[in-house]
Amino acid sequence: MAQLDTREKLAILADAAKYDASCASSGTSKRNSVGGKGIGSTEGMGICHAYAPDGRCISLLKILLTNSCIFDCHYCINRKSSNVRRARFTAQEVVNLTLAFYKRNYIEGLFLSSGIIASSNYTMEQLVEVARSLREDHDFRGYIHLKTIPDADPELVRLAGLYADRISINVELPTAKGLQRLAPEKSEPQIEGAMLGMKGAIEDGRDARKKYKSAPNFAPAGQSTQMIIGADAATDADIVGKASTLYDRFSLRRVYYSAFSPIPDASAVLPLQRPPLMREHRLYQSDWLMRFYGFKSEEVVSAADDGGMLPLDIDPKLAWALKYREYFPVDVNKASREQLLRVPGLGTKAVQRILRSRRFRNFTLDDVARLTVSIAKMRPFIITSDWRPTLLTDKADLKRWIKPEKHQLELFAA
Amino acid sequence: MSDANGRFGNSADLFDSRLGPGGRAGVLLPDGPQIDPLKITLDQPDDFDGWRDAARELVMAGVPPMSVVWQVRGEDGELFGSEGAVPPPSGEPMFSVPKPFIDMAKAAICHSDPQRFALLYVLLWKLKANRRALDDRADPLVDRLEKLAKEVRRDAHKMHAFVRFREVAEEGDTRFVAFFEPDHHIARREAGFFVRRFSTMRWSILSPEVSIHWDPATDTLSEGPGASRSDAPDGDPLEETWRTYYSSIFNPARLKVKAMLKEMPKKYWHNMPETSLVAPLIAGARARELEMIERAQANLPQAEAPRPGGNIEGAWAALREEAKGCTRCDLHRCATQTVFGEGPLNPRIFFVGEQPGDQEDLAGRPFVGPAGQLFDAALEKVGIDRSTTYVTNAVKHFKFVLRGKQRIHSRPDTAEIDACRWWQEQERAIIRPPLTVALGATAARSLTGKTLTISKVRDAPLTLADGSECWVTVHPSFLLRIPEEARRREERARFVEDLERIRDRAAALA
Repeated sequence: MAQLDTREKLAILADAAKYDASCASSGTSKRNSVGGKGIGSTEGMGICHAYAPDGRCISLLKILLTNSCIFDCHYCINRKSSNVRRARFTAQEVVNLTLAFYKRNYIEGLFLSSGIIASSNYTMEQLVEVARSLREDHDFRGYIHLKTIPDADPELVRLAGLYADRISINVELPTAKGLQRLAPEKSEPQIEGAMLGMKGAIEDGRDARKKYKSAPNFAPAGQSTQMIIGADAATDADIVGKASTLYDRFSLRRVYYSAFSPIPDASAVLPLQRPPLMREHRLYQSDWLMRFYGFKSEEVVSAADDGGMLPLDIDPKLAWALKYREYFPVDVNKASREQLLRVPGLGTKAVQRILRSRRFRNFTLDDVARLTVSIAKMRPFIITSDWRPTLLTDKADLKRWIKPEKHQLELFAA
Repeated sequence: MSDANGRFGNSADLFDSRLGPGGRAGVLLPDGPQIDPLKITLDQPDDFDGWRDAARELVMAGVPPMSVVWQVRGEDGELFGSEGAVPPPSGEPMFSVPKPFIDMAKAAICHSDPQRFALLYVLLWKLKANRRALDDRADPLVDRLEKLAKEVRRDAHKMHAFVRFREVAEEGDTRFVAFFEPDHHIARREAGFFVRRFSTMRWSILSPEVSIHWDPATDTLSEGPGASRSDAPDGDPLEETWRTYYSSIFNPARLKVKAMLKEMPKKYWHNMPETSLVAPLIAGARARELEMIERAQANLPQAEAPRPGGNIEGAWAALREEAKGCTRCDLHRCATQTVFGEGPLNPRIFFVGEQPGDQEDLAGRPFVGPAGQLFDAALEKVGIDRSTTYVTNAVKHFKFVLRGKQRIHSRPDTAEIDACRWWQEQERAIIRPPLTVALGATAARSLTGKTLTISKVRDAPLTLADGSECWVTVHPSFLLRIPEEARRREERARFVEDLERIRDRAAALA
């Protein structure tokens, strides 16, 4: 086979990485290149440098080191039995590409993943070498996210954490059975064991930093994971429950949901339909409810239907509110933060502003409208000094009144 | 002025009624004497320090907001007002402002709104009276200034994101040059971000208002005059590579154009090399997605020859295992067990029945009861070996009503069929049968998602979503329940005829 040039490899190895949902470059320690020999900075908040027509942001150079793989996971385009064209970057090529893109302000850093070649340890060594070279040879201070290989030597995973801002280990599928069927070479204990090990290493790193200022900053942006939605029989309730357990057990920063996309050269075991993008969106919304709105996973799940699926036509918070009308209406002028956070349409920022301003004024509907995106949706759920939703909250067909027009839904519904 | 609370506590209202769209503050006092307003000229449109110094003096001298006119040197001047000296301090004690005000003011002052200086001065005046005035986020003045600050921060964020450097060779060295057109006066404010990020690179950011240059050799940031796009280099050899990345990372199966436009408005596009690809990528997306699916189908292995490395057997076993714990509908509560399909994974024919009955529920196998025996007999009659076929049910749990000690079969409803459809689809996805047979209306609904009348579709094959052939006939239990002897015989003969046609068709497809 003729040698591929870097651009041809990039086309193959970026294409192979496009099913990975995570792209964030935020949440790491603040640093910059002033006084250093290289380039790069992170200011806490990540920057999205471009957006693709699929609506996803491009923040990092997201590529695979190679798309060759000795595993045969059905959902993965790079599995052993796939006919996809293969390519492999050298560590040096990835380093050069990252620096060249970074210098032109195209990216915030690198998100490197890989198919498994030769052995898990060999592959992990290669991933670590890229990060090492960027940090040590080039004094690169931008963001690095490494996807680790679950059964690689813990020492290699530890090294990865020393160079990277974020580490991720994919749980792949929400249920153990799904994993067993679709990723026969991976196992839940193995993946969760790796997560647990990483959690310990991150905590140790934090403790060491508290004691010694010179201690290395170990994976300062923590660890994340991804699961594929719609390739197995898991219900939304299963998925939300799984995510909640992962947050609790492994202190994950983020759980990403990736609606399964039809992939070229798909395995016979997989559905061929379009990805359920709206379902993915609703899962992200439920994730936010748990992380920022104080909802427990059981509460999110209680908004799902009998089959354990969240409604696709309305968001989970509204679904919850419609089911638990006895909590409403909430008096904007008196309610606690927790109560306000339950009002459909009131975000964390708006709640913050209301609480801050409440000492100075008696909120009218107009005041609330000024601090929020849209008042229409929340009207039946709130009381202000000039508004009381008489009986509206008891209306049986309330959902029809406030739910968005149906045609908006069908654009994305699977 | 000591009782500022009373006199200026409502200065927001004052500002509301006196500050017209032109930003001319207080030319006329309604009742008091005519005052020639004091004209304050700032050096630059983002001159925070100049504004702060002047504002401090003015507020200490007790000059009310309506008596000040703000302008920037070189911009269209105010017709009214005179450049006079600020009166001496009125002898009041100094007052400090909360830090959030400084942060907000530093951002808001970069806004292109000509009223920004005056608005900030009104708020400063208000803060003097009430140090907590900023906390009332619902106050229209605070709200408006917060919005200005927010727009500036958003503009700054977009600048961090969308500046695109191009590399230029320059006497033995390289310089990275970008052209960027912000909405507000943020170029100076944001220079620091680029210094921190690219501290060892020689770079310039050109904008219509000002050019910023960084020299890493001397660690100096310098300013030059504004520039136009033509002053910036044309291209960079790496842009093709970047475009390759941009088009490869895009997943055509997930088109979401609105989401993209929300975050990357078109006004930024002309300075970004990748945006020329957006239109062709969108136009080709559906075709690429279909191609992905088609290619996937074309590459499907023949059922007889599992691909090396394929896991058909393992996948099927795991699916059956997974189905044991199915709770997708309520039927699992009363049924004994999940009755999964059985047969070879490379069958001649894939049969879908309705639902396990009493005996199937106990045995855990499909088609073993009275209907199953009739089915076996019919198959034997037409010479189909059941062991070469795969037999499964549309609904995999037994549904019944108790009558005394007897469990009487009860038809599954559409919700149950649709809930269970997933399993049947997964079975078919693994097995990929060339020919599927729907036995009865429940099976037909499960396979097609539509409620069909059997008599209308039984003579010709349907095409399923995956392109394979599906024949519809009656369910054997229907034949058991016909009371009149003559009609029963007639229907059985017709069922056998259907099976013969299916047998021949399966042979033709094999």
